Amino acid sequence: MEMIKCKNLCMCYENHTVLCNLSFSVKRGEFLTIVGENGSGKSTLVKGILGLLKHKGGLELTNVKRSEIGYLPQHTPVSEDFPVTAGEVVLSGCLNGMGFLPFYKDKQREKTRVALEKLRVSELEKRRFRDLSGGQKQRILIARALCAAEKLLLLDEPATGLDPVVRAELYELIGVLHKNEDMTVIMVTHDLAGAVANADKILHISDKEDHGFFGMVEEYKQTTLYKEMVGADAPTGAI
Amino acid sequence: MQMFSFDFMRYALIAGVLTSLCASLLGVNLVLKRYSMIGDGLAHVGFGAFALTAAINPLPTWAAIPIVGIAAVFLLRVSKNGKIKGDALIAVISSGALAGGLILMTHFNVRNDINRYMFGSIFALDKSDVIVSVICSAVIIALYIIFYNKIFLVTFDENFAKASGINVSLYNTLLAVLTSVIIVIGMRFMGALLISGLIIFPPLSAMRIFGGFKATVICSAITSVICFTAGLIITFYYSLPPGACVVAVNLLVFILFTLIGKFRKVMK
Repeated sequence: MEMIKCKNLCMCYENHTVLCNLSFSVKRGEFLTIVGENGSGKSTLVKGILGLLKHKGGLELTNVKRSEIGYLPQHTPVSEDFPVTAGEVVLSGCLNGMGFLPFYKDKQREKTRVALEKLRVSELEKRRFRDLSGGQKQRILIARALCAAEKLLLLDEPATGLDPVVRAELYELIGVLHKNEDMTVIMVTHDLAGAVANADKILHISDKEDHGFFGMVEEYKQTTLYKEMVGADAPTGAI
Repeated sequence: MQMFSFDFMRYALIAGVLTSLCASLLGVNLVLKRYSMIGDGLAHVGFGAFALTAAINPLPTWAAIPIVGIAAVFLLRVSKNGKIKGDALIAVISSGALAGGLILMTHFNVRNDINRYMFGSIFALDKSDVIVSVICSAVIIALYIIFYNKIFLVTFDENFAKASGINVSLYNTLLAVLTSVIIVIGMRFMGALLISGLIIFPPLSAMRIFGGFKATVICSAITSVICFTAGLIITFYYSLPPGACVVAVNLLVFILFTLIGKFRKVMK
């Protein structure tokens, strides 16, 4: 069952064409990783899927509503002095899909509790968000995305700025969510090793025309595209 | 309690407590969104608007509310998309409104009001002002509670809020308009130059001590009510200007809370 259909998509951002002739699809229960160089339009595509940026057709959400997508933004610029507990952050994810309902009910509180448990951060609930480590913050934000997600998790660079151990743990957690919860996952990342190790499918966006790739991970590993990237990536990519 | 046998004291207490409460609620979001100076800028626009209502005499002072409201929306829109950015724009608008106000007041010979509008007066309110402030405060508090969760998300993370289908610019506009209402009501007794203290101090004080958002909002509200009442009592007994006393009490509480916050950090 297809959730996202994308055919010959073009997207512009402030009069620059960022994406051109992009085609791919996401089926229910799949784990798709989107890779590509800086500025190749990964985040633009994410915003297109979320409906935050307009496009001229070609991108279609089927069998999933926008309110069923849980989103982890690339940057969550939380100022140093923002007073908020981790629990409050996660609970706010439940607003997605609540429509005009003003207050949280037991259902949302339960969802929050379960999300915290799944990300193994229940003990952080009462802590101040600003006091948490980078990895803990990221888990809290993924828990928030999970509260917002009925069917699809959309993660924009979840592992940026984390050290390798924490990063590996995070990927493992996302993998568990994908397998155990039957959650469809789309993840944008810079980290090719992590992408190849965890995903079912890869979408490689390249600004050079006809140089992109969309398909299974195994096929991707055979491409020169991958080999070039790994070559450039070698010091960190090879474990 | 004898002082509250005077009408003007009762009016000031009712209108002042409600106004401080609303200002402190909205203030939490304004401070965290880095809009602290908007209160100050809008108060200057309020001064200009009051000058206008004083010049065109039959207009009641409440006619200033829509003028300040429009300025608030304009400030938000332009500071986001325009060529002049946030703080510079606020400076342009405040000095412009101040200049316009002074010219109007001098030209129409109502200069006596300048002091009152700038620094506030404890005798500024009559019964109709109290009724207007009660109605406006009730509406603001109700809206704040109903939209509390959405306003929080818009303040905390605009990107995520947008992705959750929340109309971010609508809530930002709501915040700005409600702020302008509270400023017009409050500047009668607080004064145009001091009203922003009512918005900024209680949230900042609360943030020294509390780490959660809800806790901060509640503490901010309680602090503002206590500080206003204390300031009003001092005003009465020492015949001082009300705005200055309320802000001074707020400043003391801020220093106290900062020390408590530092002390707790050291103890940990």
